[in-house]
Amino acid sequence: MYAVFYKELADHFNSKRFTILFALASLAAILAIYVATQSIRGEVSASTEFIFLKIFTISGEALPSFLFFMSLFIPIISISLGFDSISSEYSSGNLSRLLSQPIHRDAVINGKFLSGLTILSIIIVSVVAIVVGLGLRTIGVPPTSEEVLRLIVFVLISIIYGAFWMALAVLFSILFKKASTSMLSTIGLWIFFFFFMSMIASAIADAQIPLDSNSTLAMITQNAEISGTIGRISPCNLYGEAITALLVPQTASLNSAIMLISTLIEGRMLTPLPFSQSLLLVWPQLTSIIALAAICFAISYIKFMKQEIRSI
Amino acid sequence: MGQIVVETSDLSKNYNGLTAVNKLNLRIEEGEVYGFLGPNGAGKTTTILMLLGLTEPTSGTVQVCGHIPQREPIKVKSLVGYLPEKVGFYEDLTAAQNLKYTAALNGLPRGEVEDKIATILAMVGLSQVADHQVNTFSRGMKQRLGIADILIKEPKLAFLDEPTVGIDPKGIDDILNIITSMSRKGITVIFCSHQLPQVQKVCTRVGIFAKGKLIAEGPVRILKQQTSQEGQYRIEIQIADPVSGLTDMIKDIKGVIDISGPPNSPLIICSADLRSQIAKTIVDSGSSLIGMKIEEYNLEEIYKKYFREE
Ligand SMILES: Nc1ncnc2c1ncn2[C@@H]1O[C@H](COP(=O)(O)OP(=O)(O)O)[C@@H](O)[C@H]1O
Ligand SMILES: [Mg+2]
Repeated sequence: MYAVFYKELADHFNSKRFTILFALASLAAILAIYVATQSIRGEVSASTEFIFLKIFTISGEALPSFLFFMSLFIPIISISLGFDSISSEYSSGNLSRLLSQPIHRDAVINGKFLSGLTILSIIIVSVVAIVVGLGLRTIGVPPTSEEVLRLIVFVLISIIYGAFWMALAVLFSILFKKASTSMLSTIGLWIFFFFFMSMIASAIADAQIPLDSNSTLAMITQNAEISGTIGRISPCNLYGEAITALLVPQTASLNSAIMLISTLIEGRMLTPLPFSQSLLLVWPQLTSIIALAAICFAISYIKFMKQEIRSI
Repeated sequence: MGQIVVETSDLSKNYNGLTAVNKLNLRIEEGEVYGFLGPNGAGKTTTILMLLGLTEPTSGTVQVCGHIPQREPIKVKSLVGYLPEKVGFYEDLTAAQNLKYTAALNGLPRGEVEDKIATILAMVGLSQVADHQVNTFSRGMKQRLGIADILIKEPKLAFLDEPTVGIDPKGIDDILNIITSMSRKGITVIFCSHQLPQVQKVCTRVGIFAKGKLIAEGPVRILKQQTSQEGQYRIEIQIADPVSGLTDMIKDIKGVIDISGPPNSPLIICSADLRSQIAKTIVDSGSSLIGMKIEEYNLEEIYKKYFREE
């Protein structure tokens, strides 16, 4: 398997694709820093906790936050690293030659997946490192140890989230012989989850509990609860919730209804949760993403092991 | 007698209802160049895939170099080289880099690899382009690189699936020569083709495949006799100054079926090898015999004959 892994890794590093993705991700990092330095002064006072994490979460008037960039780019990077991993071997006529070498069949898929994941990790870690580095220079406040801890977990979750999209892309690259079909299907699924899922969720919620100016608080919370639950079908939402809870320690609950009530009733920002509590909060989201990634990978694995190696 | 390298018994493969390979019994010895001859769809590739352990047989058993490919695929694959029908390489890598990857997959010691690649590329005539990207290669060059890709692992047995398709005559000759030199190096070769002249040129033994069955098998010589017994001989003769009526005299020889063509160079069809009788008749008639050629049935006719019967 290591031979496959190293070869794929070397291929990635030499590819234009990697250069482009890396450039895109770095651009996002620099934009995020720009946004942060523009708006951070207005938001912080001497008493503000977790100033350093603000760089990641703050959004400007026109530009969204770093977190938003990440939730946008991680699927794109993962999909572009994985969508043709198997189909390209097929169409180039390499697969049957490869499989006639004395390696186990799963070495091919494992080696490819792991090399893709390694590249993804390198990109994510570098980008976060760029933001941290530039952040240190611009705001001049070093992160506390808890902030560092939260950032590390954030990086890990991002990699796992990327692994899910990559596993999905690899699966489609096995199901579809044509790389373009595989690319479009995966991107299509991502667009559906990223843009349309929350719309669908609120539409369903509004159909169940229509809201107007006379609505009671109970109805409002019920509506929010429905749309929140449905929205959680989308891995994008799961990831969004998880990283928000981690990097905005004030997030006390991921249940939108409870959040809504507490902000409505108390009318103030909540006190930050300790790290362990935040972790506990994102635990369901985290395990769901891991499960999704594992399911996609398992299906790919089985499909690939059973597949006829002849393309016709 | 050489060792048995490939042995199958009643090997069959069904693809949802379609029988691609039907009760195949093969025995191939070490050192042979065995031809799988048959039209497209005859089941040659399917047979190879089962011998490699890349496809599960529906029934029957396979042994390759003493191992069962389905049970010990890694073992078999380390002893066997395979040049697939539509071979491909990593187009952005050079010829040498592609071979290096194969060497790594085979766990070859790193130190020896460079020299070995150079030697093998020289053997297949690709030394000049060792550091060129494969996307600049012609089909013939890719096929030769495919053979190099087999040679790098020093196999006991090599499967070449239609290595000459889509290549110009010069390229075909190159490949046939490489096959011969592989055989000389002690590699047992299974050469898959639907092109008779090529199989005839390099193979020691041939098996004719049709619709998943092995319908005839044997050394090229014996196959010829088998069909000739029930078939016909064609004898071409050249006569300097034929006397009139010679044609009829030849026609009267027992066993001559037909005589056609001009009197000084007729073509005789007969049911046995009647060369001496014909020669005697001509000389006795007072004409002089310049040349005589008995045309053997070649595989092509055998091949056509079998396919007519199918
Ligand atoms: N994966 C497959 N699924 C269904 N049928 C197949 C498959 N592979 C081969 N076949 C069929 O099996 C038969 C034998 O094919 P093949 O072994 O490729 O023949 P050859 O190599 O002699 O041209 C053909 O009729 C082909 O259509
Ligand atoms: Mg074939």
